Amino acid sequence: MDLLEQAVAWLADPSHWVGSNGVPVRLVEHLTLSGLAVAVGVAVALPLGLAIGHTGRGALLAVNLANLGRAIPSYALLLVLFPVFGLGFATAFPALVLLTLPPILTNTYIGIREVDRDMVDAGRGMGMGSVQILARVEIPIALPFIVAGIRTAAVQVVATATLAALVAGGGLGRYIVDGFALQDHGQLLAGGLLVAGLAIATERLLAAVERRVTSPGLRIAAPPAGRDGRRLQPSAAR
Amino acid sequence: MNAWEWIARNIGQLAGATLDHLVLTLLAVSGGLVVSFALALAIRADRRWYGPLTGVAGTLYTIPSLALFAVLVPVTGLSVLTAEIGLVSYTLLILLRNLVAGLDAVPPDVSEAALAMGLSPMQRLARVELPLAMPYLIGGLRVATVTTIGLVMVTALIGEGGLGQVMLRGFNFRNWTAVYVGAALTVVLAFAADLLLVGLGRILTPWARASQTDGS
Repeated sequence: MDLLEQAVAWLADPSHWVGSNGVPVRLVEHLTLSGLAVAVGVAVALPLGLAIGHTGRGALLAVNLANLGRAIPSYALLLVLFPVFGLGFATAFPALVLLTLPPILTNTYIGIREVDRDMVDAGRGMGMGSVQILARVEIPIALPFIVAGIRTAAVQVVATATLAALVAGGGLGRYIVDGFALQDHGQLLAGGLLVAGLAIATERLLAAVERRVTSPGLRIAAPPAGRDGRRLQPSAAR
Repeated sequence: MNAWEWIARNIGQLAGATLDHLVLTLLAVSGGLVVSFALALAIRADRRWYGPLTGVAGTLYTIPSLALFAVLVPVTGLSVLTAEIGLVSYTLLILLRNLVAGLDAVPPDVSEAALAMGLSPMQRLARVELPLAMPYLIGGLRVATVTTIGLVMVTALIGEGGLGQVMLRGFNFRNWTAVYVGAALTVVLAFAADLLLVGLGRILTPWARASQTDGS
């Protein structure tokens, strides 16, 4: 495999691992951009989803927002925001935050909504107030769904942060965009493998978190097809 | 030059790009449907395939489109084939999962009745089970189509892209009108395709409408 050799040679070249265009710097850029975007997305969408799920008000808004989010491709979003925010981080960041909102919001809302009403009633019968029901009954039961939403969002953000290189943001996408521009197949393939690896690692890590936060009582009842936890939100568009 | 003038002057190019976009999407979704259908039949024959096949489809789905194209281009070049391999692989998870769920949801009584009426396995699939699985399939096709319309844009980077190409060129020449128009047309295309599939679903499942008007 001549191509694979080129990619391996590119990855093995020590000069590609130092300096401002080195893999460690690009990886940190990628993770910082993605992590910040997901954090802001969670900070905005999670309370909103909890409120909508708990009160049942504004559900229509949540569903429509999710559909709208699915229809607007991230690539288009990046290019459309560019004239507004200019080169680099300033464009990539709001685009990524916008991407995280629909999956986190809908999964949180649906997760809370799907909690068995009998359990909520039992909580109320035990004398729990509204906040206690949310904190001790609804959130623990809905947590796997909430985490699944965050996972969908995070994988999407890691993928789209690659496209951010187009608007001159940093990150690992730099190697792919530059590889295309320079017709440098080694760099292109190496960049592709690095990004794919990062996305898969993100997905696996958050899938593990999802399993960890599933209450043991729920694990028995969970249908086998739900292993991937995406059944509520099969809609991640890159 | 204002936006409308630009649109009027480039109407031919926009129409061509929209058509390209549609063709790329249609090829990807129909290709994905054929592959997922074959895989769904394999899973029906032996349930043990479900885990591994959806696992592979899930991993493909996780790989960012740009990374996948980066890996494919050195092998298959800047071509429609490269674009379609990527686009088809992103439809697989959604379509396969919905097809299997749809076929699983066929009530066993109905399948047995079809068997008792002397339908062969192929007939049962074509005349009874697939029609009943249609709502799931349409649901999958809607998500897959809208997702693909978005992903086709990324293929602009490998020389395809339909409306993505219009946007990329606009971006490179700092022609924001082209960027906005390309984006707007893509969103319109996505909504139109979604509506069309909803309509198709209604035509293909007349019984769903009948039971709705019953008020039952």
